[in-house]
Amino acid sequence: MKRIYISEEYCIGCRLCEIHCLVAHTKSKKILKAFKDEIPKDATAAVLVEEEGHLSFALQCRHCSDAPCIEACMTGAMYRDKKTGAVLHDEDKCVGCWMCIMVCPFGVTAADPATHKITSKCDLCAGQDSPACVANCPNEALVYEDRENES
Amino acid sequence: MAKSKKKTADYVIVGNSVAAIAAVEAIRETDCDGSIIMVTKEGEMIYSRPMISYYLAGKVKLKNMRYREAGFYKQHNIQLLAEKKVVKVEPKKNTVKLGDGSLIGYGRLLITTGGEPVNPPIKGAAVKGVFNFTTLQDAESISRFIKANDVKSAVILGAGLIGLKAAEALLARKIKITIVELADRILATTFDKKASQIIDKALSKQGCRLELSDSIKQVISGKGKVTGVELLSGKKLAAELVVIAIGVRPNIEIVKGSGIKVKRGIVVDNAMQTNISNIYAAGDVAEAAGFFGGRKMVLAIWPDAYRQGRIAGAAMAGVKTRYQGGIVMNSVEIASVPTISVGVTVLDGSEDNVEVLEKSDLKNSIYRKIVLKDDCLEGVILVGKIDRAGIYTGLIKDRVKTTSFKELLLNEDFGIISLPKDYRKHMVSDVPMMM
Ligand SMILES: Cc1cc2nc3c(=O)[nH]c(=O)nc-3n(C[C@H](O)[C@H](O)[C@H](O)COP(=O)(O)OP(=O)(O)OC[C@H]3O[C@@H](n4cnc5c(N)ncnc54)[C@H](O)[C@@H]3O)c2cc1C
Ligand code: SF4
Repeated sequence: MKRIYISEEYCIGCRLCEIHCLVAHTKSKKILKAFKDEIPKDATAAVLVEEEGHLSFALQCRHCSDAPCIEACMTGAMYRDKKTGAVLHDEDKCVGCWMCIMVCPFGVTAADPATHKITSKCDLCAGQDSPACVANCPNEALVYEDRENES
Repeated sequence: MAKSKKKTADYVIVGNSVAAIAAVEAIRETDCDGSIIMVTKEGEMIYSRPMISYYLAGKVKLKNMRYREAGFYKQHNIQLLAEKKVVKVEPKKNTVKLGDGSLIGYGRLLITTGGEPVNPPIKGAAVKGVFNFTTLQDAESISRFIKANDVKSAVILGAGLIGLKAAEALLARKIKITIVELADRILATTFDKKASQIIDKALSKQGCRLELSDSIKQVISGKGKVTGVELLSGKKLAAELVVIAIGVRPNIEIVKGSGIKVKRGIVVDNAMQTNISNIYAAGDVAEAAGFFGGRKMVLAIWPDAYRQGRIAGAAMAGVKTRYQGGIVMNSVEIASVPTISVGVTVLDGSEDNVEVLEKSDLKNSIYRKIVLKDDCLEGVILVGKIDRAGIYTGLIKDRVKTTSFKELLLNEDFGIISLPKDYRKHMVSDVPMMM
C-alpha cells in the first residue's frame, strides 16, 4: 500500500505538516476559519514533529502491516480499512483503555484528556490523493509512495 | 443418549471470544471456502470481555460492547452454535461432543475456551450476593443484584487485574468498597512496591479501603444473603456484595483424558499446535512459549489471545507464522491514575546483569521504572504519565541494545528521536512490520 515515508535529512522543523493536518481534519478545511473557529487551542495533530538540536522529523501512524494496536485494542475501535489497508480508529467505540498506547512502537496514538479517548489518529487523509502533511511539506521531507513491491 | 445427525466442518472452533475471532479472520484471509463451525457456551454476541467492567460501571451500553458487528458470522460464512457447551474432545474420532449429546466432526479443531475463575473454598460463600466477574452474565447479574438490593458496600477478594477492574466499576456506581488481598500489595505480579503505593493512595482518596496480607475466612449471611465477611485476621466487614476475583485458570475441562497434552494450560508450539497435529489451542487456555525463554506459560491477556488466535487460524489454513513468545503487559487506569506495565517488572534481587533505572514524583503520582538486562530493555512500569509507552514495548520486542542512549530512557520526552540513527531510520523509512 501507499505509505508516508520520512526523510529526516530534509526536515527543517517548520511544523507546517502539523498545521495542515489539523486543518485537513476540520469541516471547513479552510486554514483561517479553521484556526479561528474550529480547532481547539490545545489540539494535537495526527502528525508529531520530534525535534532535538538540528535534527527533526515528522512522525505519524505508520499503518503497520501487522499492527500491534489492532491486536491490543479490546473494543474493536482500531481496525484496518479493507479497501485501502489503512489503520483507522473509530472514536465512537473507543473507551480509552490505552492498550494502543502500550503497544504502538512509534508512540503515535495519544490520549485526549477531555474526551478520555484516543485522539487524532492519522487516517492518511482518507479519500485525498496525498495526505495533507505530505502535500504541504515545503521540502519533500515527507513522501507518499508504495515501496512494498520493490525490494 | 439421543442419536442425532452429526454435523461436520473443515474447521471447528470452540469459543467466540477474541482468540476465536482472530483465528477465523486469519482463516478467511487464506481460505474462503472451507466450512467453519463455531461453538460457544455463551450467547451469539461477540462481546469484549474486558469491557464488562465498563458496562457494570455504566460507562458503555450493551450495544457498544460488541467487539465485532452482528453480521460477522454471515460475512465470514460461519455456522454458529450459541449457548451450546462442548463437553468433550475425542481426537481419535475427530469429533467434539456437546452437552446435549450431539457430535461435531472436524478436519481441524481450535480450542479457545479461555479461563475460568478460581474459587477457593470459603465457608458460607454459597449464598446470594457472592459473584465472580469474568462474563457479561456476571456483570448483568451483579448489576441487577445491586439494584434489587440497594447495595451500598462491597468486598472484593483479589487485587489483581480483574479485582481492580471490578473495584473501578463499583466505585463508579458509588458503592463503598474494600479490597482484600493476600499479597502485601495490589497487582503483585506486575507492580513493585512503589507503583502499588501510588495506587493505594489514589484508591483510598476515593474512599476505597485496602486490606493487604489478608483473606476472607468466611462469608457471613442472613436469610440466604450476604451481610458481611470475616477476614483471616479476625476483622469483620459489613457488605451486601462480595466479588471473588483471585484469578483465572485455563478452562481445560473438555480435553481431560483426551490425550491432548496439558500442563497448566493446553501445551502448544510456536504455531499454536498441540501434540495432536490437527488440534490447536490459543488464548487464555493455551500454555505457550514466553518471550524471554524459560518454561512455557499461560498468559491470560487480551493482545496475546488475539495474536495466538491469529497464528493458530493462519496455521490451520496452511500459512505458517511463528509466535515470538508472550510478554506480560497491562494497561490499567485505577482511581484516575493511568498505569502501564510491560515485561519483567518485579525483581527479587537474584537476577544477573540486571540494571534498574527509576524516576519518581510521588506527590503527583508519577513513577517511571525501566529494567535492563545486558543493556536490553526487559521491562517497564509507567504510573501517572504513560504517553508513548509503546516505544519501550517496541524496544523490548526488538531486543535493542540501549547502551548508546541509556541515559535518555527516563526522559519525559523520550521519543523516536532518542534512538540510534540506524534503528530509527529502519523504523521510519522501511515498510513497518512490527510484531
Ligand atoms: C473483567 C476483566 C477485565 C479484563 N481486562 C483486561 C485488560 O484490561 N487487558 C487485558 O489484556 N486483558 C484483560 N482481561 C483478560 C482478557 O479478557 C482475556 O485475556 C481474553 O478475553 C482471552 O480471550 P480468549 O479468547 O482466550 O478466551 P475468553 O475470552 O475467556 O473466551 C472463552 C470462550 O470460550 C467459550 N467456552 C468456554 N468453554 C466452553 C465450552 N465448554 N463449550 C463451548 N464454549 C466454551 C466461551 O463462551 C467464550 O466464548 C480481562 C478479563 C476480565 C474478566
Ligand atoms: S497506531 Fe502505531 S501500531 Fe498502530 S498502525 Fe499506527 S504506527 Fe502501527
